[in-house]
Amino acid sequence: MFRILIATVMLFITALSVSAQSADLQTILQENSKAVERSSRTTISPILDALLESESTNISTLLENWQSKKLWMRKSDGLFFFVENSDADPIELIDIESNEVAGTADKSDLKELRPNSGVRAVMASTLVRFQLIDEDQIQRTNALTAIERDPDESHLDVLRGTIADEPVTAIKTRMERLERLLTIRFDKDSTARVDAITHFAGDTNIDVRAVLNPILATQIKTAKEIPETENVAQRLSVGNGITHDAAYQLLVDNNLAPQRITTKARDAALVANIADGKIGGFDVASLNTEARRIEAYQALASKESVPPFITEEAAQAALDAHVFYDAYIEQDSAVTDAARNTVRSINTRVGAFQVADLGLDALSLASIYFLAAIGLAITFGVMGVINMAHGEFIMIGAYTGYVAQQLIPDYTLSLIVALPLAFVVAFGAGVALERLVIRHLMHRPLETLLATFGISIALQQLAKNIFGTQARPLTSPAWLDGAWVYNDIVSISYIRIAIFVLALLFFALLLFILNRTRLGLEVRAVTQNPRMASSMGINPDKINMLTFGLGSGIAGIAGVAIGLFGQVTSELGSNYIVQSFMTVVVGGVGNIWGTLAGASMIGGLQKIIEFFNPSNTLAAQTFMIIFIIIFIQFRPKGIIALKGRAAGD
Amino acid sequence: MQLNKVTRRFALAGATTLISVSMLFSASAQEETIKIGVLHSLSGTMAISETTLKDTIEMLVDQQNEKGGLLGKQLEAVVVDPASDWPLFAEKARELLTVSNVDVIFGSWTSVSRKSALPVLEELNGLMFYPVQYEGEESSKNVFYTGAAPNQQAIPATDYFLEELGVEKFALLGTDYVYPRTTNNILESYLKGKGIAAEDIFVNYTPFGHSDWSKIVADVIALGADGKKVGVISTINGDANVGFYKELAAAGVSAEDIPVVAFSVGEEELSGLDTSNLVGHLAAWNYFQSADAPANAEFIKTWKARMGEKRVTNDPMEAHYIGFNMWVNAVTAAGTTDVDAVRTAMYGQKFPNLTGGTAEMLPNHHLSKPVLMGEIQADGQFDIISQTEPVPGDAWTDFLPESAVLKSDWATLGCGMYNTETSTCVQIKSNY
Amino acid sequence: MERSFLIRQPSVLIFIGLLALFTIGATILSEGFGLGLISTSFIKTLGKTLCLCLIALAMDLVWGYCGILSLGHFAFFGLGGYMIGMWLMYARTEQIVINSLANAPLPPTSGEIRDAIGSQIFGVVGGSEIPTIWTFAHSFPIQLTLVVLVPGLLALVFGWLAFRSRVTGVYLSILTQAMTLALALYLFQNDSGLRGNNGLSGLQNIPGASNVSQDTISIWFLWASALALGLGYLFAAWLVSGKFGSVIRAIRDDETRVRYLGYSVEAYKLVVFVITAVIAAIAGALYYPQAGIINPAEIAPIASIYLAVWVAIGGRGRLYGAIIGAAFVSLISSWFTSGQVPDVPLGFYTVKWVDWWLVLLGFGFVLVTLYAPKGLGGLFDRLVRRQDA
Repeated sequence: MFRILIATVMLFITALSVSAQSADLQTILQENSKAVERSSRTTISPILDALLESESTNISTLLENWQSKKLWMRKSDGLFFFVENSDADPIELIDIESNEVAGTADKSDLKELRPNSGVRAVMASTLVRFQLIDEDQIQRTNALTAIERDPDESHLDVLRGTIADEPVTAIKTRMERLERLLTIRFDKDSTARVDAITHFAGDTNIDVRAVLNPILATQIKTAKEIPETENVAQRLSVGNGITHDAAYQLLVDNNLAPQRITTKARDAALVANIADGKIGGFDVASLNTEARRIEAYQALASKESVPPFITEEAAQAALDAHVFYDAYIEQDSAVTDAARNTVRSINTRVGAFQVADLGLDALSLASIYFLAAIGLAITFGVMGVINMAHGEFIMIGAYTGYVAQQLIPDYTLSLIVALPLAFVVAFGAGVALERLVIRHLMHRPLETLLATFGISIALQQLAKNIFGTQARPLTSPAWLDGAWVYNDIVSISYIRIAIFVLALLFFALLLFILNRTRLGLEVRAVTQNPRMASSMGINPDKINMLTFGLGSGIAGIAGVAIGLFGQVTSELGSNYIVQSFMTVVVGGVGNIWGTLAGASMIGGLQKIIEFFNPSNTLAAQTFMIIFIIIFIQFRPKGIIALKGRAAGD
Repeated sequence: MQLNKVTRRFALAGATTLISVSMLFSASAQEETIKIGVLHSLSGTMAISETTLKDTIEMLVDQQNEKGGLLGKQLEAVVVDPASDWPLFAEKARELLTVSNVDVIFGSWTSVSRKSALPVLEELNGLMFYPVQYEGEESSKNVFYTGAAPNQQAIPATDYFLEELGVEKFALLGTDYVYPRTTNNILESYLKGKGIAAEDIFVNYTPFGHSDWSKIVADVIALGADGKKVGVISTINGDANVGFYKELAAAGVSAEDIPVVAFSVGEEELSGLDTSNLVGHLAAWNYFQSADAPANAEFIKTWKARMGEKRVTNDPMEAHYIGFNMWVNAVTAAGTTDVDAVRTAMYGQKFPNLTGGTAEMLPNHHLSKPVLMGEIQADGQFDIISQTEPVPGDAWTDFLPESAVLKSDWATLGCGMYNTETSTCVQIKSNY
Repeated sequence: MERSFLIRQPSVLIFIGLLALFTIGATILSEGFGLGLISTSFIKTLGKTLCLCLIALAMDLVWGYCGILSLGHFAFFGLGGYMIGMWLMYARTEQIVINSLANAPLPPTSGEIRDAIGSQIFGVVGGSEIPTIWTFAHSFPIQLTLVVLVPGLLALVFGWLAFRSRVTGVYLSILTQAMTLALALYLFQNDSGLRGNNGLSGLQNIPGASNVSQDTISIWFLWASALALGLGYLFAAWLVSGKFGSVIRAIRDDETRVRYLGYSVEAYKLVVFVITAVIAAIAGALYYPQAGIINPAEIAPIASIYLAVWVAIGGRGRLYGAIIGAAFVSLISSWFTSGQVPDVPLGFYTVKWVDWWLVLLGFGFVLVTLYAPKGLGGLFDRLVRRQDA
């Protein structure tokens, strides 16, 4: 400890003896070693300024290394070094001035500096001046990203100085755009700003709006008369634009009217004036109503021991004597006018895009519901069997995907294996369930509900016993990461697109199987009249088994898809079961088209309700279910009802 | 004999007899061990988080027994399963206290489960250690809160957002239940006090297990349209986080653009997803597995040896570690497991926490612990980027007007809800 | 009439007798009034089980006798609990508030008391205003009326809509399931005014009985529950023994034929639906003060499915079957999750019942549905008949 102290003092002395101009990086860091070690956004700037002033050639390397947590401190003497490979033993230390190896040290003697992201952003912003003129194209784009994230007045000049020399067109366009954004924010020249603003008409990107909206920020003010100097947005009148109470409070805040006596202040004044169990002639014990307390206070006020209540007339008079108005914080009216026009043009387009984005979300949700419900539509719709364990087949599929990913490390390959595997496993489970349980309950459809419910809770608990209660990761391959981005408003993640495609694929496949194949024909025959079908040489037992297996298998694949965008837990399936039942019922039982219609309606509706009440997703779900209940009243057989004998009953 | 006759006649089902008999046996069992109740859900939605804590207590009990037990007796963990069913917490707590005769309970995760068990604990004068960060606004005589109160997690994290990241606009996203509701309430009030306008605070609640996050993430991104730096404070609970972070990553939201700080996401939750796209997002806790301290290394080693290499440690586990050891020390100091004696001995108990400092039990039944901020790393661990001095846990927040006047002090005032304005104890029992 | 149905159904008297003996016996063995051989926590479990038997009875009426497989009766049960819970919470908090405000320098106004109650009850969930639905929470008689009125009205409106448009069979089941899910989701919201996910808690502390120990209170509720179950059983037996019973059984067996015979099938169904909803609500109002807490998770769809399973296991279409099922499953569940069942070491693997109990239960359901379609009640019948022969 003492050694460090001496070393620091010595360094400090040497630092003082060297003139500030030529101070080297290590010295500057040592001078501020506390702030370097535990850096904070609020204290880092002076250090960076000092480093810049040193005019050392290695500043950018230092900052980059510091940023990427490669700057370490030797605990014994507090000196700073770069560390390239922190796993080596002993660790190689690199001098921060010369970038040369300066020895080694044991890991226990070193401390990694961990600047937080706020500090890293400040460093990135400082690095801009070096990176913008860097040979490396990537460095220049990094600089632009840094400016976009954390624009600073100093960037404007640096940027303007480099645009002309930029060889790459794409970067140059980006620079020009950034330059205009910075102009709007920081330029002093009114016409330059107005030009830049008008240039962005109709541009819906969020960075543009982020620059324009603050210009239009207003503040409600009050005065006897509106001063000439104000850039007024609009005049307000009490009751229209500003409430009576808010207006009076504004007057109070500006010392233009006396404060109202609040209930709390009144009661405090009453308590302060208790004398011999009485207040202003009233018994304390009698003051258990508001009216009595007001009377007691007025009695005190009449004796001038407390300030009187402000009367409504006095308040109204004060309000009448003043004007209220909304003033732009930006003083330049030319700029605010231009911004207003541009923002108006942008907002119309933003509205349209928001609707488009909502449509995409709804489509995506509908496809997820469809995928979850389609298997059920087959087993429930075609066979009339209520399979409460349907959700667990979804879960089985998801866990199959997880297991596949454990065995095959390549995510793409494992996904290719997982999809058919999930089908096979869930198909097998479905066939087993059909043979062992459902077949024996064919004539008691409501009891299949109970039996399959039993299967459902048993399977859930089994999954917990096997895989544990923790959520298991099912990671999508890299090419499904990210999102398709049309602009800052309309975008959708690739994984959702993939689910959408998968849903379409299954829709087409099932339509094909049911309408164009021998199996489909037999399935439809058994659905409509099992006895007749059986006398035509169809084995209804076999058909039922295959149908059930098919429905379960599809649920398995849905499980992989749902696991990819959500989480794999043993409760995965039960989250979808009620929703799936509703999808099938709303759509109309026994019909693939119906399920599609049901899923579209539920998904779309839910998103529309969410749109009107964005802060409460639960309410959206509640309203949706109530809507479904009412909907069923009017179309008890669903959107697309089977007609004729197939309708059963 | 009479009992047999009676019960047989009542046997609607064989179970009745079985249960009554087993009750009799357990009631008359001899007290050769000190019994420790474990009230964590092992099935249902909360099993995902709570099973780990049951394992932790079992590990601590085994360790203590290896050291020779306590007061010359062996410890015995009595594990029950309240199955994430809140009323069952009350039922099982009563069973633990009256039938199994446990001396202390370690349990609960959600606030509602704690509130369910509270009346029983207070009625029967039991003792429970509650290990999870929670919304505060409570201080029961019979509960020691070893997790973080809002001022030990939410407030420092918000300060970090304000000061270090320069966030000017806040999205408070939470699951719709009491912890996020109250925490967000406190934060809203705190932020307004810091000069953040009401329209710059966006609040959204989603149901448990929510998975459709695309619209909410889009809403958050759209918040940036007025040029203020946006930050997300997430009190999203449990597995809903997986979907949320996946959507966030898909939307290309990096921590530099919109940082997210989570209060319910720890190592355990991250083990359920690929974190490579989440690097840099934050979490605030009193403990991270990555904490560089010898005690922590030892703890992790024992845990992994017992549960498997892949298992991680997390904050509530540390809370149980501290709570359990403090209880052991308090029992040793009191020389008895009697609840009142142990409680008195608990005040001022100190025990080294796993991050290298010392935790102290305060008279308001909360701990003083350091607050850590961690950035998510690609390997599912956290990089600790800031660690405060120990912060004393505050039962009643200073940032809501109704609770600013309240304080809790069981050692001298003997009251958990003491109104400092009127100098009276509002109630001895807690509000549930 | 009255005599005839009791004579025609000897099982009614046997049941009432057994119930009375059971209640008296439990009291004698209890900690509160007797030998202390049965713990209070078990008395509470027994009391709650009686309430579950009562709702199972309602379920049997609506499903076993009338053929309406309702997967939403727990919604009514929960609503009943909420209605009584509001009074319990309000009255208890009012007492606390009045006591603590007694020391204030000024005597509290009714507004101040109300505000303090509001912040006490809703402070927990981040609010302080008392919502309008709590308007009558201060009054025990009104709230007690609401226990019957609110669920009854919901059943009336829902049933009228559903039966009017001839929603039947599986569709109706799913619709009732949707109803209970919607209600649960609604209550999950904090804005619903019933404390969201937290629900109403501390209900075991009866206002005005703060000095009475839970040992005693648990016995009160055991008796109240037993009384309700006994009356409910009598009522149900009377209902199903007369012409009304014949009509609803006929509806179960062939709805269309009954309609052709000129009966208003919809009206009969609606009456059964509403009556059973009210019975369920009463059961709920007695259950939750014993459970201590009610929250929306209680009325999640799965609860109502369990209810159907109890009745199926017990044997539907006979009143005692429902009761046997509810008592058997809920008691055995409570036993297996208590941690008192010894683990089974198999050498290579130790079967822990907390982990395997649900698996056992699940497969148990399957076996019962497959091999004992008339449920445990059916087995019981067979045993009785064998003895007779």
